[in-house]
Amino acid sequence: MELVIVAAAIMLGLGALGAAIGMGLLGGRLLEGTARQPELAAMLQGKMFLLAGLIDAVPIIGVGIAMYLIFVVAPSVA
Amino acid sequence: MASETTTETFDTSAYISHHLQNLVYGKLPEGYERVEDGHHEVLEQASWTWAHSAQEAADMGFNALHVDSLAWSFGLGVIFCLLFASVARKASSGVPAGLQNFVEMIVDFVDGNVKDMFHGKNALVAPLALTIFVWVFLMNFMDLIPVDLIPKIMEAFGIHYQKIVPSTDPNITLGMALGVFVLMIYYSLKVKGPIAFIKELSCQPFAPPTKGPAIILAPLLIAVNLFMEIVGLLAKPFSLGLRLFGNMYAGEMIFILIATMFVGGLSFWFVLGGLLQIGWAIFHILIITLQAFIFMVLTVVYLSMSHEEH
Repeated sequence: MELVIVAAAIMLGLGALGAAIGMGLLGGRLLEGTARQPELAAMLQGKMFLLAGLIDAVPIIGVGIAMYLIFVVAPSVA
Repeated sequence: MASETTTETFDTSAYISHHLQNLVYGKLPEGYERVEDGHHEVLEQASWTWAHSAQEAADMGFNALHVDSLAWSFGLGVIFCLLFASVARKASSGVPAGLQNFVEMIVDFVDGNVKDMFHGKNALVAPLALTIFVWVFLMNFMDLIPVDLIPKIMEAFGIHYQKIVPSTDPNITLGMALGVFVLMIYYSLKVKGPIAFIKELSCQPFAPPTKGPAIILAPLLIAVNLFMEIVGLLAKPFSLGLRLFGNMYAGEMIFILIATMFVGGLSFWFVLGGLLQIGWAIFHILIITLQAFIFMVLTVVYLSMSHEEH
């Protein structure tokens, strides 16, 4: 049971870490791009949201699996 | 303390598992032993029946239909068609109002995106994109309905399992992704022709040498290319379906988890749970729209790739 929870913690932590770095890069580059060429702001923002959704998927899926592990698998293992 | 927590977590996990169980109609094998309210029943022949427990649903294996996912997704598709068709029939050329305005906005939005991203010539892609966008959005939208509302109503009518968000069922999302995959292959063969399609799969990213002594390396490079391109091709529908499923499943899971806070009756946790539920629902509006949009955009991009001639 402890190992299942450790597994879920690693899953959440590493997923969040990677996504946070990705989101940071994405947001930073969006600001740089908009500062350089403000007229492209709307187009860039649309693309940014698309990519944010793609990045977001990974940690969210990790959260789902981790929650399943913690609340359904871990009690039945113990 | 220890015994208290174990009984409570057991309850929670049973609640969650119950919420994650589809309503299944399927075939139980011959000689299957059904246990119901303490009395045993042995099936004399293989028969199609409703699953009364998660174990029975699992034992049905391949011969099982997730009736709730099918019914809800089909129903939502019908709602989409009827709504848009009725607006289109009543459309006026004057200043649009209300529902017509809304529908025109969606159609314009999808049309603009398809024009930006799709470079081939195909009249099917824009309607397909619209269907995918609205249908996936409606299926995701079921996530915002309180998790216990419809299952409890159904339980009053004697239906014990009900999962109302079709996109939390991998069968639905992967089924849609498979449909997109079939279209990708079909248009690749039709627009590029079978030979160009095979060439695209086997001569990229490493161009095999065509003359000189290095030609003996060509089969090896073709094999490597083929392997990489086929893995890349198969990964597209797989990731498309799993991305939508994973997001919706995780979102639904969090709704269910917050709902477990309501167990203790009116208390601090009850109020906190209510606030969390509202907060997550508001954040989830962004996610469901974004995921529907991403599914649509990727479909259009993949189809555009299969229309490109080199």
